[in-house]
Amino acid sequence: MKALDHKLWRDLWGMKGQALAICLVIASGVCTYVLLISTMHSLNLTRDSFYSEYGFADVFASLKRAPEGLRQRISEIPGVNQVETRVMANVKLDIRDFPEPVTARLVSVPDSGSPLLNRLFIRRGRQVDPSKDNEVLVSEAFADAHRLIPGDRFGAVINGKWKTLVVAGVALSPEFVLQSRPGALSPDYKRYAILWMARTPFATAYDMKGAFNDVTMTLSPNALTGDVIARLDELLDNYGGLGAYSRKDQMSNRFLSEEFKQLQRSAQIFPTIFIAVAGFLLNVVISRTVSTQRDQIAALKAFGYDNMSIGIHYVKLVFVIVLIGIALGLGAGIWLGRGLGRIYMEFYRFPYLLNVLKPSVVISASLISILSALAGTLYSVRRAALLPPAEAMRPEPPAQYRRIMLEYLGLGRILSQPTRIIFRNIERRPVKTALTVFGIALASAVMISGRFSSDAIDFMVDVQFRLHHREDMTVTFTEPASGKAVHELQSIPGIEYAEPFRSVPAQLRFGHRTYRTSIEGVRPASRLYQLLDLRLKVVDIPPSGILLTDYLGQMLGIKEGDMLTVEVLEGSRPVLQVPVAGLAKQYIGLMGFMDISALNRLMKEGSAISGAYLATDARYQQQIYRKLVETPRVAGVVVRKEEIKNFYATQAEALLFFTFIATILGGIIAFGVVYNSARISLAERSRELASLRVLGYTRGEISYIFLGELALLTLVSILPGFFIGKGICVYVARALESDLFRIPVVIEPKTYALAAAVVIVSACLSGLIVRHRLDHLDLVAVLKTKE
Amino acid sequence: MSEAGIVKEKDDPAVVFRTRGLTKVYEMGSVTVHALRGIDLELSSGELVVLLGPSGSGKSTLLNILGGLDTATGGEVSYLGKDLTKATERELTEYRRYHVGFVFQFYNLIPSLTAVENVSVVTEIAVKPMNPADALAVVGLADRLDHFPSQLSGGEQQRVAIARAISKNPSVLLCDEPTGALDSETGIVVLEALERVNRELGTTTVIITHNVDIAGMADRIIHLSNGLISEVTKNTAKRSPQELHW
Ligand SMILES: Nc1ncnc2c1ncn2[C@@H]1O[C@H](COP(=O)(O)OP(=O)(O)OP(=O)(O)O)[C@@H](O)[C@H]1O
Ligand SMILES: [Mg+2]
Repeated sequence: MKALDHKLWRDLWGMKGQALAICLVIASGVCTYVLLISTMHSLNLTRDSFYSEYGFADVFASLKRAPEGLRQRISEIPGVNQVETRVMANVKLDIRDFPEPVTARLVSVPDSGSPLLNRLFIRRGRQVDPSKDNEVLVSEAFADAHRLIPGDRFGAVINGKWKTLVVAGVALSPEFVLQSRPGALSPDYKRYAILWMARTPFATAYDMKGAFNDVTMTLSPNALTGDVIARLDELLDNYGGLGAYSRKDQMSNRFLSEEFKQLQRSAQIFPTIFIAVAGFLLNVVISRTVSTQRDQIAALKAFGYDNMSIGIHYVKLVFVIVLIGIALGLGAGIWLGRGLGRIYMEFYRFPYLLNVLKPSVVISASLISILSALAGTLYSVRRAALLPPAEAMRPEPPAQYRRIMLEYLGLGRILSQPTRIIFRNIERRPVKTALTVFGIALASAVMISGRFSSDAIDFMVDVQFRLHHREDMTVTFTEPASGKAVHELQSIPGIEYAEPFRSVPAQLRFGHRTYRTSIEGVRPASRLYQLLDLRLKVVDIPPSGILLTDYLGQMLGIKEGDMLTVEVLEGSRPVLQVPVAGLAKQYIGLMGFMDISALNRLMKEGSAISGAYLATDARYQQQIYRKLVETPRVAGVVVRKEEIKNFYATQAEALLFFTFIATILGGIIAFGVVYNSARISLAERSRELASLRVLGYTRGEISYIFLGELALLTLVSILPGFFIGKGICVYVARALESDLFRIPVVIEPKTYALAAAVVIVSACLSGLIVRHRLDHLDLVAVLKTKE
Repeated sequence: MSEAGIVKEKDDPAVVFRTRGLTKVYEMGSVTVHALRGIDLELSSGELVVLLGPSGSGKSTLLNILGGLDTATGGEVSYLGKDLTKATERELTEYRRYHVGFVFQFYNLIPSLTAVENVSVVTEIAVKPMNPADALAVVGLADRLDHFPSQLSGGEQQRVAIARAISKNPSVLLCDEPTGALDSETGIVVLEALERVNRELGTTTVIITHNVDIAGMADRIIHLSNGLISEVTKNTAKRSPQELHW
């Protein structure tokens, strides 16, 4: 088949522009697939290996205080394998040259240095010395953010007492791959740290000798996690247990899993779009090629080539295009995967990143592309091969045109002759037209869905930090304090206004469904903390009853008027019945809201508060921090502006990366589809257009006929593209919603505008290329050839 | 692949093609075209036959059916005793591959292949083919081997088509207006090539033409008109192509 192979390469060269466009679309599909899936695999493998090498625990529980002796009883729970008790505390830090409030979680490590579970990877420095009461290990992200190295010192308030700590080493833990302050929007490496201290000095400082307030354990392989948790909760109930939870609900691990879910989802959606578009383009191009080569096929058959070898010839053509596309896509995917891996490593702190590219990913990416390409082309190849040679040798019958609808409606007169040609052409091939419109529509859909997360995040931040939270700072107390504490705060210079809040940890129950969260007691008509109804309108807190986050209501299957069981996890741990007064919109986290005095009454606790929202004078910021850090009762301070800034800083790179990729890929699709349809119409109609030129039509006029059709299709595709894009966003948002966050389906007008712009620019670009050919149409050559 | 598929049932060894009541009807929507209305014909081995007839009389249709490119609507057509109307797609493919050399009215060269590659397309799948370059030399194109069809004149393209047809040493050579596009000088070169193959290799040859003068080189001349054979003449004074002129 050597001669036929020559034909193959020359045919390919003859349609190099189109082939390249298709290659790029396939490459985009393969690239996104490989990028997303292999990043997911790499992170997954890294996580699993880190977890197992460093003994990540299976079950976690915090409590108020229990004697070390309880450890034995915990380890006797059936299914429990290894148990480790710990002491944990939240501390305030004072970092030199960083005037903002910093908090940290202090975790004990056994004096031996190495924990049994959740072992530490020491990146720099050494283990802490149990005989020193001021040595700590610092989490790597925090150390990097502040350039801390072993030997550096910083201040801390340990159990109300000021102390200078020395960095012994920098460490990583499977428990804190994602270091995020509880309740925070995103990890904050500058303002939140994990510190590890030897058990003996730690217990001494906190008066926890022979006691613990946190326990982790591993389970034997066939243990039932639910049973263990129930038994553990029972055991810890008398010691102020806050409810045990499994690895799957552990914060850092939870966020990681959500991220994988997102990668997986995206890896399903985007490659599917590209591969579908590629299949469609190949179909169009190959069926065009086959129909122009009908007579060649006939001749080959007349010489005794069988259908099979003719079919294989065209399949080879498809294969070459697809294989080049796959190779490009693999290369780009692997290359971008490195970049994405680095971005994730900023976010998730692993000691190392294991890059994997599973052969199965390469194989499935290739197979999917090849199969869909073949599906797109086999039909036309088959049809051509089955034609009897004598039949195939005759040119295809002239296309059938009809008068178009507009003309039947009597509107024909208002259309110029060229415009009429445009419309007749579009009407003549409704399926092809529809597919072309659909293809271009997918381009804007890809753009929109690629930029969607950025818009959604803007919106979430806006709701969370401009509507919901309106304070400048939030102060939390180490323990519930009396309402008078607010007056003390207000007396600090620079604090203009303070509003108390109460936060009660609780297990909410309705029927057999439960959820552990907190109930926020807020002041009616609060200026600094507003509740939003489902339409994001500010609502006032009802004087009695509880408002629940809408998603929490759904999870519990509860509605307005139902009785919610509240099992308080604090103080005397009462179990209360509270009517649900309504649902409130919240995109981040799940909680209940009550009027603060109603909550106090329910808790039978006078005017207890857990902290306060502050409105401050920006000029006094630093003095206020200093004062608050020095106040023993204050556990931590969060500055709203800083939190927003940090949020964008941590997300920015990833968002930019995805927006960039989506724009390029959307552009590729738009270009690929428009260019291919343009080239094919040009091939099909060059005779007609040349004849018109000979009849005296100008270049401008024939360009209008030809490019007008494309322009019309491009414009028509924009609206469906918006709808498809929005549909994809809805799907993604639904797929990703969880108790951690719900992504609102919000698409900014500027995203729509950008999508439309990219599509139009790509269309114009391919239009220009084709116009160039049109202008150089060789009239004599075109009209001389038969067809 | 083998030469199987064609059973050589030799009732009359001299007869290569036999048709009985061969008809071909084209249905085009409401219009029915009777291209062939019952052709009875026998062609003997080594014979050179010229088909004459007005445009639309069914010449190409008949040739296509003989060559296995098209199927008849009714009647019978056999090649060496094998009924072509009953042949499977696969048998027809093998028949075309190993037995028939075709020269099309419109050349049908593959535009993306050079002259020699166009011939190779056929020789690569044939049993004992000629060397492609030799086949082109026969038609006087030895120095144009690497030219693409678009770089050749109509007559040269027609000669490539003929080289392609004779290159596989076929048992039958079916030519649809092989000189239609040529001036008399090149026409004669082409006809000489055909005549040589017929004479030296004993290839049964059918040539369609509009040109009555060409009939002079035939053993027999068959006239078609309106889908029927209107006249068969034996040429008693067979002439060589050089002696023809038009
Ligand atoms: N595919 C087809 N569909 C309909 N009619 C056809 C088809 N092919 C041929 N015909 C008709 O069949 C008749 C015979 O056609 P054929 O091509 O055999 O004529 P011909 O003798 O070769 O003419 P010419 O000398 O012009 O090549 C003609 O009337 C033609 O219009
Ligand atoms: Mg004809």
